[in-house]
Amino acid sequence: MSAELLTATGVSKTFASKARRVAALDNASVSVARGETLGLVGPSGSGKSTLARILLRLVEPDAGRIDFDGVDLLALNGEALRTTRKRIQMVFQDPLAAFNPRATVASALADPLRIHGLVERRQRPAAIAALLQRVGLDPGLASRAIHEISGGQRQRVAIARALATRPDLIVLDEAVSALDVSVRGRILELLVELQREEGIAYVFVSHDLAVVRAIAHTIAIMDAGTIVETGPTPDVVANPQSATGRALVAAVPRLVVGKSD
Amino acid sequence: MSMQLATLRDLSVLYRSGSTTRTALASVDLDILAGERLAIIGESGSGKSTLALALAGLLPDNAERSGQIAWPGLGRPPVPGGDIGFVFQDPGSSHNPVLSIGEQIAEVARRHLGIGWRAAYARALDLLARVRIPQPKAALAAYAHELSGGQRQRVAIASAIAAGPRLLIADEPTSALDMVVQAEIVALLDELVRADGMTLLFITHDIALASGFADRLAVFRDARLVEAGASADVLARPQNAYTRHLIGSHIDLATPPLIVGPTR
Repeated sequence: MSAELLTATGVSKTFASKARRVAALDNASVSVARGETLGLVGPSGSGKSTLARILLRLVEPDAGRIDFDGVDLLALNGEALRTTRKRIQMVFQDPLAAFNPRATVASALADPLRIHGLVERRQRPAAIAALLQRVGLDPGLASRAIHEISGGQRQRVAIARALATRPDLIVLDEAVSALDVSVRGRILELLVELQREEGIAYVFVSHDLAVVRAIAHTIAIMDAGTIVETGPTPDVVANPQSATGRALVAAVPRLVVGKSD
Repeated sequence: MSMQLATLRDLSVLYRSGSTTRTALASVDLDILAGERLAIIGESGSGKSTLALALAGLLPDNAERSGQIAWPGLGRPPVPGGDIGFVFQDPGSSHNPVLSIGEQIAEVARRHLGIGWRAAYARALDLLARVRIPQPKAALAAYAHELSGGQRQRVAIASAIAAGPRLLIADEPTSALDMVVQAEIVALLDELVRADGMTLLFITHDIALASGFADRLAVFRDARLVEAGASADVLARPQNAYTRHLIGSHIDLATPPLIVGPTR
């Protein structure tokens, strides 16, 4: 068994509207090891969300190859694609936009269990309660509407929904960026704990290098559709080789305790 | 002791909708000193944006204000847009989509400074150069949708300072921007208020971002001011448990990682 769970090679994508063509991704290659986290970092418009969506097969690339656990992901369709989709889940930035606004916590969590035929109807309430406990929520929350719970609770439900299919990989696109800082830390700790206990790999997309550094084993820095630098997190942060990497390191706000004027 | 530009005494704001009311600010006492850079720190629901709206006279119709806001530094009630400039979080929605960048900035100068269009356009061109928009002359004729988020925020700053306000309020001006652009915008705001002797009220959820340049910090939580003081004092010796919690929640490149290093 290879150490790599997912390898993307030479992935390109151009978006066209009227006369304008935008190269969102140009020959990007990244890999994610089993049970580890790849941090995708870059400024706005660098192509990190496009790459994340391609890994999820929500967007089809123009060129390139993606191997997921020894299978050519881009060649899959029909039943084989559905089976593989179970193993790759996602969590987005805005949990309110990621759910049916009329959903309850229970119905949001029942969907993946039903769609992928994982749990019989009669066993679902127990499975939902277990998922909620897994992400540190009170099972009593199940009957509440998604819009009634707090932003932090909602993002925990989004993580629980992603966990429902027992995935090997979760792609998180700015998953903590909209949260209050005091909530953010606890969600990051939850992600790390789930990874340690269940061996899930993450692709963690963020513009915030400090947050990525806290949870990613390796980092890929993107700019203008290309991967400009990759490496183990401590190396990239301590000694960035690219101009974009250096700019991202310099842009992290530091707590200035002894300011003198 | 610096002179007070504004003093807030027992300031409370309630929002009514139907039969329910929500307290957005409860009995806030705070001085804003002339020429200082004051950061208002708070998370969602802390009341920090309501404070900014109350100061600028921009509270919505369903808001009820009590308590006093006095302006000893002006000696008269402030003129919104003239004495107070406002930069909002979302640079996309603070521009009129059908006016050129030049018209928007010139309009502010013309209205508040009583100058003609020609002089107002000359000022707009100056301001675009000051906020470091590339090719400021061409930008005069551009529309907001043609600019990136960071450039739009630079233009919003140019509009906000076009009338030469005493107080510049920036409400989460960088939260919709990436970190590299955030650092540039914060440096720009700091430079502009220093050069023009403006007072800056910088509203943010990020205590570390504020720590880099603010003279004083005021920490809000659940509609209340929990702590205010010189930045160095608040950061080195936070008196309130919540302030300590905010400082402890900060993640930067010196924070111990949550994971052990790569296994390969």
